[in-house]
Amino acid sequence: MAFSIDISHFGDMFFEEAQELLEQMESLLLAVNVDCPDKEECNAIFRASHSIKGGCAAFEMDDMVEVTHIMETLLDYIRKGESALTETHVNVFLQAKDVLRRQLKGHREKTPLPPEFAADILRDLHSLASKGDSDNKNKSTTMSNVDMPSPKPVQKLEDLTTVEPEVAEQRSNSHFFRVEMPKIAEDEFNALLSELGAKRHAESSELPNGNIVLQLETDINAEDLIAVCSFLVSPEDIKVTEETAKKFSIDLKEAEAPPMANAQPETENEDFGLFEEFAPPETEHQAREESTPIASAKATAATPPLVAAKTTTGRQDTVMPSGQHSMPENNRPGIERRQQDSPTAIGQDSTSIRVNLDKVDQLINLVGELVITQAMIDQHSDGLDPTVHEALVTSFTTLARNTRDLQEAIMSIRMMPMDFVFSRFPRMTRELAARLGKQVKLVTQGGATELDKGLIERIIDPLTHLVRNAVDHGLEVPSVRAAEGKSEAGTLLLSAAHEGGNIILEVSDDGAGLDRERILAKARENGLSVTDDMPDEEVWQIIFAPGFSTCAEVTDVSGRGVGMDVVKRNISAMGGSVEIHSTRGQGSTIRISLPLTLAILEGMSIKTGEEIYILPLAAVIESLKPNSESTRGVTGKGELIRVREEYLPLIPLHEVFGIRSRFTDPKDGIVVVLEAEGKKAALLVDSLVGQQQVVVKNIESNYRRVSGISGATILGDGNVSLILDIPSLLRMGSHY
Amino acid sequence: MLANQQLKTDKVISPQEMSMNDGITTQREFLAFRLGPEEYGVDALKVQEIRGYGHVTQIPNAMSFIKGVVNLRGLILPIVDMRIKLRLGQPTYDHTTVVVILNIHGRLSGIVVDSVSDVLTLTSDQMTHAPDCDSVINAEYIIGLGSVGERMLILLDIDKLMVSDEMALMDRNTDQHGF
Repeated sequence: MAFSIDISHFGDMFFEEAQELLEQMESLLLAVNVDCPDKEECNAIFRASHSIKGGCAAFEMDDMVEVTHIMETLLDYIRKGESALTETHVNVFLQAKDVLRRQLKGHREKTPLPPEFAADILRDLHSLASKGDSDNKNKSTTMSNVDMPSPKPVQKLEDLTTVEPEVAEQRSNSHFFRVEMPKIAEDEFNALLSELGAKRHAESSELPNGNIVLQLETDINAEDLIAVCSFLVSPEDIKVTEETAKKFSIDLKEAEAPPMANAQPETENEDFGLFEEFAPPETEHQAREESTPIASAKATAATPPLVAAKTTTGRQDTVMPSGQHSMPENNRPGIERRQQDSPTAIGQDSTSIRVNLDKVDQLINLVGELVITQAMIDQHSDGLDPTVHEALVTSFTTLARNTRDLQEAIMSIRMMPMDFVFSRFPRMTRELAARLGKQVKLVTQGGATELDKGLIERIIDPLTHLVRNAVDHGLEVPSVRAAEGKSEAGTLLLSAAHEGGNIILEVSDDGAGLDRERILAKARENGLSVTDDMPDEEVWQIIFAPGFSTCAEVTDVSGRGVGMDVVKRNISAMGGSVEIHSTRGQGSTIRISLPLTLAILEGMSIKTGEEIYILPLAAVIESLKPNSESTRGVTGKGELIRVREEYLPLIPLHEVFGIRSRFTDPKDGIVVVLEAEGKKAALLVDSLVGQQQVVVKNIESNYRRVSGISGATILGDGNVSLILDIPSLLRMGSHY
Repeated sequence: MLANQQLKTDKVISPQEMSMNDGITTQREFLAFRLGPEEYGVDALKVQEIRGYGHVTQIPNAMSFIKGVVNLRGLILPIVDMRIKLRLGQPTYDHTTVVVILNIHGRLSGIVVDSVSDVLTLTSDQMTHAPDCDSVINAEYIIGLGSVGERMLILLDIDKLMVSDEMALMDRNTDQHGF
């Protein structure tokens, strides 16, 4: 009672983990080679399924337990090589993953899906399972010899000899663990044991620190053991040590009522020490097949069994050489390998922690405040005489550096690898390709490139559109490709890379490329003004026009003309840009350039009237002081300014924003040449203030969107300064 | 256990509940402030704090009564001058100018008023419905009138007012600033 734990607050952790496990399972399923599945991969899929089941059982999500249980059974056969992995398996498992994901979502939102929801997938899984069973007939008949305990010891030994491969197999799957963890309630403990697939276990008395020591023999490995335990106790509190069977020196309780083995322990040990160590096949079999909680009585405080155990091992040693020489050798490498594996696995686990995003954002906000305070100090210390206040000035410099380092370090917490986005495409392209009768080879590059979490989430939709377009419109069907001398399978390349302060994402295909004539014809049809001698880049930009699609027929995949304009708008909203390169017959590349983070901006501050505005430095090309000859009025189009042999539209900021400025004549002020979305313009401002890194704040959280403004920041003096939205400013400026 | 029981008896009565139970005497707190010749009241629970008027950053092309945005401990929020909104003569800004910071469903905004007097507790029988009261504020945004002795308060439905189109403090669902 006193120790019972309310597991409900582990809920969030479970949902997060289960979600991750499902994603992991999907990528594993997609990666697995059906013809010769890698044993480790099969094990990993099995483990993912098993861990999900464990968590679901703890939270009483019976529908999910049901699905995962059958999956697990099937996967268990597969990983043991007892039934072959087929394409059907993979497909059904992928579907099951989708079902699980939706069930999980239902549980998370406290609106569980009706049991019928899983009916189809359960039927599919069951039919696979029954097929697998008939395949396994031969093996189970061999097993049945073992299932029936024979009264004659000698005969039993013979049986064991005949089924040696199976037994060896099962043995190598058995691990012996010593688990130290905080005490938990008895019913939870029992549930945990069943989840761990404990064949035998013993629980010792409490340690001085209140922890309990559990020794058990089980099929699962250390990593999974921790994963399962993590649903009940925090992973830091769990200490797992793997032990070799021989050192496993405590009287283990049989998970099930032991049939013959315990009835006459003396004789068993005498004659079949080997057998005792291996765990009776019956028990093992049942433990694997039954997922119902094992009703094992709680072990009483451990009686010191060391002596007895030692004698047992001693006897085993003497028996083994006479019995099967090969078995201990077979067994040991397996265990040793696991032992090498498990510390690194545990090490990896402990190098990352799960933190609520709100906390990270709070940290970012706080460090933003710190940066502002630091800027304030900087401003106030400007007037100090460096000779008089040398120590103070040095400290301020150090403070400035430390603040910036701290800010960088904290910003990096929010960074996530692009793999987070890329990982969803193998499945999507696989299904799309199948639906469209195409062959697609998806290649991803630079998946480790990091991007702010906020941007990562917002880039998913545009990228999905682009990938879908590439598969649907870009890549041709195999017959067409073959006719053109290309390989039948089209290649779709997704890449991410850093370039300066930006991240460049590319979606390239080696398909048909864009059809210039068709785009122009369609543009005319839609009433867009186009000319035949337009440069390619301008022609390609047409496909970003709302409602524009050259696709002859609307498929369920794409062709409705929504998409590309949304892609463009979403990317612009993130402060990025899109370019298209395309060669007829050779494919297209869509190149997206994004800032690394939305939270910090390299800015140039300028002043007009009483207000200071921030220009994103990325958009600034140069600033200059115009002379009286460089500007020219053009009727109906406002003024143009000549900058290096180029006439650019002049945008007076005070006119666009309707504010009073110090200067209205260009030759009194400063012009800043800006570029956005391939357009250039010169912005007229009163004066330049400086260059600084600013923390971007949203003004829409308390106000509304303002044309020409992308956000705000807080200056060193505590005042608010607005950040200019260059693309929108250039559009606004075109009216002047 | 004890704490739980106490919590139950201390249950907060929401304004909605109050208007539904008109017969029962309930009470509500209002912050009273003055705008021109009239005294107004807003639900005190919506008021986060009261500040002086400082530097305000102008927002380009905004309505004249939207003075701009200010920094409130790292948050950026708009300031509305109610005196301009209600056309109460030429406003002056000095160290006595007061800004009432409102928190309406998590969105912060400040309103500039002539002066803030006090917080008054009104019982339901001190409040009357006044659909056609004579005020520069549209009757739609008035809950009623409150009377305390000689004083008469126009009780504003500040929730409704601050999210209204005419205050222009929020984006509408439709895309007005389209590309």
